[in-house]
This record gives sequence, structure tokens and C-alpha cells, in this order.
Amino acid sequence: MLEIVFFYIAATVALVATVMAMTRANAIHALIYLIVSLLAVAVIFFLIGAPFAAALEIVIYAGAIMVLFVFVIMMLNLGEKGDKQERQWLQPSIWAGPAVLSAVLLIELVMVISQTNGPVSVTAVSAKEVGLALFGPYVLAVEIASMLLLAGLVGSFHLGRRYLERDNLEKQGGQ
Amino acid sequence: MSELMPVILALTILIGGVAGAAILTWFERRLLGVWQDRYGPNRLGPFGIGQVAADMIKLLFKDDWVPPFADRLVFIFAPTAIVVAMMMGFAVVPFAPGMMIIDVNIGLLFFLGMTSLAVYSVLLGGLASNNKYALLGGLRSAAQMVSYEVFMGLSLIGVVMMSGSFSLVDIVEAQTDVWFCFSQILGLIVFIIAGIAESHRLPFDLPEAEHELTAGFHTEYGGMKFAMFMLGEYLGLMLISCMIVTLFFGGWHGPMLIGDWLPPFFWFSSKVFVVICFFVLLRAAIPRPRYDQLMSLGWKVMLPITLVNILVTGAVLLWMEGVA
Repeated sequence: MLEIVFFYIAATVALVATVMAMTRANAIHALIYLIVSLLAVAVIFFLIGAPFAAALEIVIYAGAIMVLFVFVIMMLNLGEKGDKQERQWLQPSIWAGPAVLSAVLLIELVMVISQTNGPVSVTAVSAKEVGLALFGPYVLAVEIASMLLLAGLVGSFHLGRRYLERDNLEKQGGQ
Repeated sequence: MSELMPVILALTILIGGVAGAAILTWFERRLLGVWQDRYGPNRLGPFGIGQVAADMIKLLFKDDWVPPFADRLVFIFAPTAIVVAMMMGFAVVPFAPGMMIIDVNIGLLFFLGMTSLAVYSVLLGGLASNNKYALLGGLRSAAQMVSYEVFMGLSLIGVVMMSGSFSLVDIVEAQTDVWFCFSQILGLIVFIIAGIAESHRLPFDLPEAEHELTAGFHTEYGGMKFAMFMLGEYLGLMLISCMIVTLFFGGWHGPMLIGDWLPPFFWFSSKVFVVICFFVLLRAAIPRPRYDQLMSLGWKVMLPITLVNILVTGAVLLWMEGVA
């Protein structure tokens, strides 16, 4: 019973935080709400018996990926100008159409979900089971994801490299 | 009693953590004084311990000012994040058998998650200050902490492989005979270095490097908000020390040849004390590296070391399994 209460609290926090994240004009405020939303999702994962996924949600999404988002915003350092532009983009005439259409989809989704029965009992999935599943039936997906990451790594290395070489050439030219 | 235990322990940690951090500020300065052949604060009370009270009074009564150019909400939120995250981290530390707030089977990951959330404090503090030095400090801390988090996590995989669990109690139990500091010496070295970088203390305090960035991310902070940053930093120091003892030095177990004849909490706390002294010694002895040196140390030295450690640990474990 207590779990259900916790679940609905966490779900409400996640929804409110996500809506706030979408509607804030200031990018940093929006990101903080998004971090709160991710933490709430982590709590939900924990409650439905996936502690390992919950921990990874905090370590990787809230702790690493969002830090990089904040990092980029710090580098751009938009300030008031960015807020003003964002406010201009958040006019009702721009988001009203998509909002109505996605509301239709939402109603449909709620109706579909309400017809199916959820899992009756919660079984905790341990880290070991997640590992066995990842390197057993889902090994192909893991390999593809690692290839994608490797491509990203090589790409960023290439971009950084060119910059370095140009610097070195200029230095040699100066000598 | 057993239901009340976590509540009592949580309150003890809350009060003990704050008091411990306050005393640590004095203790660290005195110890630095010893190692650098000078006195440190020695005027107020016996051995100068009254300095703690004096500092607290000064910080409490200082005008709690928010710069008009700062992002007010984020500016106030930032110092609380580090204290909350670090305090939460203590929830999984096993001080003695049965003496811990929660024994979850993802204890180690919970600790990593909390340290990674503490980054936001420095990051948002630097950004909300709207000051170029604070911004530079925040940028540095973001890059430094995201990088060193990687090695911190990887350095612990060897420990997890050897104990076969993320639960900190299981990890301590697995060290009953031999501590992991021998077999996981590479992991230990990387974890100590990454731990200093994560708690951004000297020699890795580049986010606040006072000779180049005034005070880095907390340039605009004063009074209690500054005290919160300091509290978070010292809590981080204590948390990292607790984790080093738990993961590599046998937790509550006594030293191998001497045995467990003293209370487990005594062994745990005395080992944590030694590790804290070691961190102070590092601060006294090692100069601050340049920023690019810090980064290349991380990615060119520490990353290969941790990967080799994981490979060798896994190979040895498989080989031993095959022999047995």
C-alpha cells in the first residue's frame, strides 16, 4: 500500500517537473526541473523492482549526461538574450497545434493502458540478471550501441585533432 | 529498537557530520601546521579548538547577501545540493555490523550516484553567480568531475568482481580474511586520486584555484551559503574516507594479524581517521597541477590503469574458478 502512495507521489513529481522543464524560458531552470524529473523516474524504477536501473538512471542520466547539458549551456552563456528568444518561441500560437494533436494521442494511450491489466506482483531484478540479459539475448544491441559510441568517440577525436594540428602548423610557421 | 536504529543513526550522522566537519576545519589547519613546521590556529581555548566556535559565529552572523546580478533561485539552491547529496551518501556506509541506515543491494551505485549529483552544487553555484571567475571555476569543475567520475566507477569494478556484489555489507564480509587493498592496489590508487578530484580538494582544487580564479565557483558566496559549500566539501572528504575504508581496508574488521578483539566501530573509525590524515598530508605535500595536466593524467594514465585492472582481475578470477 505504501509503495502505491510513493509511486503516485513520484509520478506526480515527474509529471510536474517535466511540464515545468518544457515551459521555463531560462535554460538552467528548465534543466534543473529535468534533473528532478529524472530523479523521480529513478524512484519509480526502484519501486517497481528495478534497483539497478534506478541507480544507473541517477549515475548516468542525472549525474553525467545532464552535467554535460549544463556544461554546454555554461559555454554558450546566453543569459537574458537567450531567455527573451525562448519566450518568443514559447508563444501559444506555436505550441497549440502540436499540443492538441498529442493530447489526442494521450487520450488514446490512456484508454489502451486502462484496458490491460498491469503486473500483479513486483519482482526485484538484480544487477546480475540485468548483466546476464544484456550479454545473453540482447548482446547484439549492446554491440551496436558500443559501435555507435565508438563512432562518436572517433568523430570527436577527429574534430579536436584538426584544431590541434592547425595550432601546431601555425607554431611551426612562426618559428 | 531495531526499527528505531536507522532513525537514531540518521540523526547521529546529521549532527555528527556537521560537528565533524566543523572540527575538521580546525584539525586540518593544525595538522597542516605540524607538517609545514608552523603553528596553525592555536590561540582560542586548549590547542586552539575554540577557533571552531569563533569561525561558526562569524559565518552565522555575516550578512546573508545575494548579489543583484545573480540568478537568485539557483544561487540559493546550489549550496544545499552538495550538503544533501553528501549526507545521503552516508546512508549506505556500514559503520559496524548492523549499524547502517539502509543495506540495499545497490549500495555502491547509490554512493556513486550521490557523488555525481554533488557536482551540480559547484556547477550551478558557478553559473548562477554571473561572474566570469565563478563561471570558469564551474566549467572546470564540470569537466574535472565528469572525467574523474568515470575512473572512480571503473576503479571499483575490480572490488565488485571479487566480492560478487554491489552491497557494501557483502563487500566488507568478503574482506574478512584478506583486505582488497593488496589484490586491488591499482583500483585503490585510482580511487584515491579520483576521490580527491571528486571532492575537489587540494591538490585538485582547480575549480576554486585562488591564485588564478579568486575563489572560483564560490567567489560571490559569503556567510552561511559559503559555510554550506565548506560543509559539503568536508562531508565529501569524510564520505570518501569511509568508502576507501569500506571498499579496500576491510571496513569494520580489525587488521589481519591483530584480529577483531576491539569493537568493530572502533576499527572503522580509527581507519577513517588515518585516511583523513592521509588526505591532509596530500594537501600539505603536493602542489596543484595545471588544468591540462589534470586532464591528461586522467585520460592517459588513470583510464588505461583501470582497464588493465579490470582485465587482469577478471582473468585471474576466471583462472582460479577453473583451477578450483
